[in-house]
Amino acid sequence: MDFGRISRRHLLQCGAALTLGAAAGARPAFAAETTIGFIYVGSRDDYGYNQAHAQGAAALKKIPGLKVVEEEKVPETDAVEKTIESMINLDGATLLFPTSFGYYNPHMIKMASKFPKLRFEHCGGLWSDKDPKNAGSYFGYIDEAQYISGIVAGYTSKSGKLGFVAAKPIPQVLRNINAFALGAKLANPKATTQVIFTGDWSMPVKEAEATNSLIDQGVDVLTCHVDGPKTMVENAARRGAFVCGYHTNQSPLAPKAYLTGAEWNWEALYPKFVKMIAAGESIPNFYRGGLKEEIVKTSPYGEAVSAEARKHADDVKAKFLSAEGYAIFKGGLLDNKGKTVIAAGTDRGQKDPELEKMDYLVEGVIGATS
Amino acid sequence: MADGSIGLWTVPLAVLGGAIRVSTPFLFVSLGECITERSGRINLGLEGTLVMGAMSAYGISYVTGSPWLGVLAAGVAGALLGALHAGICSLPRVNDIAVGIALMLFGTGLAFYLGKPLIEPTAPRLPAIDFGWWSDIPQLRAALRINVMFLIGVALAPILYWAFRTTRWGLLIRTAGESSDAARAMGYSVLLIRLRATMVGGFLAGIGGSFLSLFYPGSWNEGLSSGQGITAVALVIFARWDPLLCLWASLAFGGAAALGPALQSVGVTSGYHLFNAAPYILTLAIMIITCSPKRTLTGAPAELSITR
Repeated sequence: MDFGRISRRHLLQCGAALTLGAAAGARPAFAAETTIGFIYVGSRDDYGYNQAHAQGAAALKKIPGLKVVEEEKVPETDAVEKTIESMINLDGATLLFPTSFGYYNPHMIKMASKFPKLRFEHCGGLWSDKDPKNAGSYFGYIDEAQYISGIVAGYTSKSGKLGFVAAKPIPQVLRNINAFALGAKLANPKATTQVIFTGDWSMPVKEAEATNSLIDQGVDVLTCHVDGPKTMVENAARRGAFVCGYHTNQSPLAPKAYLTGAEWNWEALYPKFVKMIAAGESIPNFYRGGLKEEIVKTSPYGEAVSAEARKHADDVKAKFLSAEGYAIFKGGLLDNKGKTVIAAGTDRGQKDPELEKMDYLVEGVIGATS
Repeated sequence: MADGSIGLWTVPLAVLGGAIRVSTPFLFVSLGECITERSGRINLGLEGTLVMGAMSAYGISYVTGSPWLGVLAAGVAGALLGALHAGICSLPRVNDIAVGIALMLFGTGLAFYLGKPLIEPTAPRLPAIDFGWWSDIPQLRAALRINVMFLIGVALAPILYWAFRTTRWGLLIRTAGESSDAARAMGYSVLLIRLRATMVGGFLAGIGGSFLSLFYPGSWNEGLSSGQGITAVALVIFARWDPLLCLWASLAFGGAAALGPALQSVGVTSGYHLFNAAPYILTLAIMIITCSPKRTLTGAPAELSITR
């Protein structure tokens, strides 16, 4: 080793690291300081998708030896490649979390091939054998939590009409809509779920209009899959409808109207990832999980949720948590045009990759995918 | 009907409700821009002003607890941005359109920066007046919960129309817009007139922004405007710089914005992207119908940099 290259700065850093290590009671030490980069498509306090990820990043900031760099509002274009390169070259990031759906292909794949020694973890992508080994995709079966929301919504609705404000008809969104509708039908077999697509992830005026239109149609419980559920939650509560949240817990926005919600649990998953890396384990390139794996969770029930609804929802939740699991999408499933989409007798378990290609709306959903 | 649904009636009702709810920002921005453009200058920065107004209104309403102070703050913020635009444009050989684009980016950027801590809290909103008390249809009552700012905007349009035609101030603004030489010959400072006109325009656009964050959709977030300020500037051109036509155009745009979601809610689900694009298709169609290569647009102030 070339001792001449050890500067006073290095000595100071070593000293600091030793002190920290001693103070923390010999925690798993990271080689010097590890920098982790987080990239968000929107604003990181949007009460929604990006905030959920930022809460996960905040959990990492608490771990000594980790430095987190973040950039918000990075569009799903080559802009994300530039952000990734600058995080690597300027900040020295070695683990990157580009968190938006559209970052994956081709942008993150390109970067992962360019920097084969660094680790890339993408939320929502479909990693396949053709993709670089240092890239991974993780996602949560948040449809499990939506299914629970659907059960609660089905019991709470007086009109039997539920509403869903959705951004775009992509598989993840359709899966949530379908899970919500199927959950509602457990509670009330006649329940219908009406969906309105706004066309993009963040369109507050359209979301408010969609909420009002749904309520005008007699819908009395709403949920959504857009980046920031705040608009839907507040406008629905103002009109006296009940809501189920999404991404994070929105009950502070509408305490009386909030029933429950489907939340991400990234603050549990990200530290797990980092621990796996520190321990020298490899993170599976295709990482999935639901309530059982603590990747998603449900919001605590609101006061308007009946005892009957709580019991039914808790029973189903227990099944998700059990060892054998629970299938939301069971055989003999029809779409809303009357076509069989899952043949009788073949249950599609949560981990079935077919479900991630969903392009239909199930019976009981009013709406169309195009 | 027993279940509280009103079936296909949702569509006209939603368009009516949308015209009332969604049109107000369009109305204020377009009336403000109307004043500015009549004085011979285009302020494209009103998108930034709208967003800045929305943010300041939300912030002030949250801090002071009074939404009306928020509206005032939005107006002041807008007027300041207007003064900035006019001030830069007073310098020799400055292009007002380029400055407008710069201020659009500046206004939105500044609002996003200052508005960061405001995304989470909930600020007091402006009250609504219940004009639907006579009806027992809840949907109609909801559509007729009207904010007083909409009424102010509706009243402002004919007042401006009258003011442009008959008052001394209206005449001065028009003179500055039609022939700056004439205004100068009369002994008036064109730059001062334009400064005031741009500030008033900014004031109104800021107030339009406060409606977005304090009434409908009623909270501050970064996607709030999604281009409504720019649309409103375009709206002035096809409203022929006429405040009364601005009113009708704003109502049409508000209604068109409600059309997409309303049609989906009654089951017209195919082609919703097309219906969502309705306001923009409307803009294009009107522009194509009314443009002509042979003459400048009727009603266009002669001093505008796009017509000169």
